[in-house]
Amino acid sequence: MIPTEPNPSVGRPMRERLAGFARTLRDNGFKVGLTETRDALVILTHSIASRPTSLRSAFRSLFCATHSDWERFDEIFDAYWLGTQMRRMRALSGIAAESRALARRRLDTMSLQASNGQPDHVERRQEGDAQGAADNRGRREGASHFENLATIDFRHITDPTDMARAHSLAERLARVMRARLVRREQIRRRGRRLDLRHTIHRNVSHGGTPVDLAWRRRKIKPLRLVVLLDASGSMNLYTAFFVRFLHGVMDAFREAEAFIFHTQLAHVSPSLRDRDVTRAVDKLSMMAQGIGGGTRIGESLATFNRWHARRVINSRTAVMIVSDGYDTGAPEHLGQEMRRLRWRCRKVVWLNPLIGWRDYTPQARGMQAALPYIDLFAPAHNLESLAALEPYLARI
Amino acid sequence: MTLNSNDISDRLAAVGYVADRDVATVLWLMEYLKRPLLLEGEAGVGKTEVAKSLAAVHQAELIRLQCYEGLDQNAALYEWNYQRQLLAIKTREGVGESADAIEEHIFSERYLLERPLLAAIRREKPPVLLVDEVDRADEEFEAFLLELLSDFQVSIPELGTIKAVSIPRVVLTSNGTRELSDALRRRCLYHYVDFPDVDREAKIIVTKTPGVDTTLALQIARMVSAVRKEDLRKIPGVAETLDWAATLAGLGVHDLRQEPEAVYETMICLLKTHEDRVRLTREVSERLLGKVA
Repeated sequence: MIPTEPNPSVGRPMRERLAGFARTLRDNGFKVGLTETRDALVILTHSIASRPTSLRSAFRSLFCATHSDWERFDEIFDAYWLGTQMRRMRALSGIAAESRALARRRLDTMSLQASNGQPDHVERRQEGDAQGAADNRGRREGASHFENLATIDFRHITDPTDMARAHSLAERLARVMRARLVRREQIRRRGRRLDLRHTIHRNVSHGGTPVDLAWRRRKIKPLRLVVLLDASGSMNLYTAFFVRFLHGVMDAFREAEAFIFHTQLAHVSPSLRDRDVTRAVDKLSMMAQGIGGGTRIGESLATFNRWHARRVINSRTAVMIVSDGYDTGAPEHLGQEMRRLRWRCRKVVWLNPLIGWRDYTPQARGMQAALPYIDLFAPAHNLESLAALEPYLARI
Repeated sequence: MTLNSNDISDRLAAVGYVADRDVATVLWLMEYLKRPLLLEGEAGVGKTEVAKSLAAVHQAELIRLQCYEGLDQNAALYEWNYQRQLLAIKTREGVGESADAIEEHIFSERYLLERPLLAAIRREKPPVLLVDEVDRADEEFEAFLLELLSDFQVSIPELGTIKAVSIPRVVLTSNGTRELSDALRRRCLYHYVDFPDVDREAKIIVTKTPGVDTTLALQIARMVSAVRKEDLRKIPGVAETLDWAATLAGLGVHDLRQEPEAVYETMICLLKTHEDRVRLTREVSERLLGKVA
């Protein structure tokens, strides 16, 4: 029912629609290049294209590159190809209306595709309260202007210029950390052994007499940092800083992954890899907005353990959880998931901004349940406390 | 010879692989676009099986490269047979040959050991090359693989460039232990292999386990599907299902409802860790059984 021509040549309208589809996919974060589009055209010339389900599964295999692409593809495909078709046929099934509701696209990206009913940015469906997390400011509380910015609690920084400085410091800190970690690593790379196979290989031309020796050195994997950032309401005074810190981490560490959670967990590394800080932070602030309903740390960790851990964790991975530990789920659940997480990775670091507060003790029940599985429980309320982490990470 | 996806589906069935439509389509597409195929999915969903069946469908040789951390070109592509080379040097020195002549001789085909990748591009009839668990290999190897997959030629410094005699059908599998590079992903068609649905798994059981009839197979498949929904550390794969079906058949069980005890006892086939074993108590087992049977 979809492609119209039974015989091999693909007409101009079809080609344009295909280009529109490729664009829609790109808007949704798919990596679609010319090769894919060209191959899609080739598929369209085949008789398989006359059956929507076959065409969908063929296109799915062609355009998807990851599991998350795979999961979203059908929805996008249906909205683009079937939705339009339905509307054109004036069908009463309501599929078109549904897909439009799904789409919630922003006006500025509409132009040509406007009539296609495609979902633009499926992942950004919850645009609810559009306040950037950065807008939330704490009370001004005795933070003298002369005090070193490094020691002021983030929630007390209210002056816009100070805020900007603190932001860029947080970002720079992440870079410096990376540089030092690498240097320390290289000094350690001294364990050398003779590599017999290569030695023999190299010296065959000397009649097998080992003249030219080959050595083998240990290849040390760089430290990988996986950060899980709590973006729930109770954390909102700190989120903006950590988002900047995360951006720095993602940019500087060769291997780093970032996740944000409130009631659900979202993998945000791709958005953070945007070189343009403002754009990256914007994108993220949008995702960071909780829909309300509290924080489900346990459940978010479960999602992480189930779907992401195997991919992002290797033997030299430190997992850094940034959260105040106020969990609305069952503490036992959190404890159990923490235990699983602990098994997998090298170290678990829990940064809790509340530790910086005077007289804080980890009373929250969730925090209590998680404590036994944490290697380092540290404050993270100002730049100084973030910087203090570095020597610890270097030892991992 | 162009097969359409129905033909492939039929042929897969003929070689004992119970395929869903999507798998048949992607295998057809692979043939049609001449692209490698990347299969992802959890351990035990039958990714490797797809490649084996593909080889059977085309009556092609299956060449398998199992990836692991530290896999290098020597193990994957070619290696010189050093022992023979050394022996050759010694004997020829005795005869008094010149060093150049010796070198010429010992770096010839005779001393070359083919490893899977080289073997795959030197066959007359295109084989199926299975690069298993590519996510376990290092990034460097991945880059090298990518180069091979786009040019289908390798250069051996001592011998020169070897071009592919025939282009192999390439299947890569990944368990998702490491993120693969975008370049590799884009080079390949992608298929996410999920656990089979109940009907398909029942069909697989009937095909692979003699002595299990359709009703029992369906019961087993439903039970396994319920077990997979439990909160387990190791989710049982298709191979475990088949083990369990064979065990039940061996015990002469014909109806799961009649023998809850046997079901509980043999569930060890599905559960591979102590923790999971403890979690799936007798009560849980009976509850699941009540739901499915």
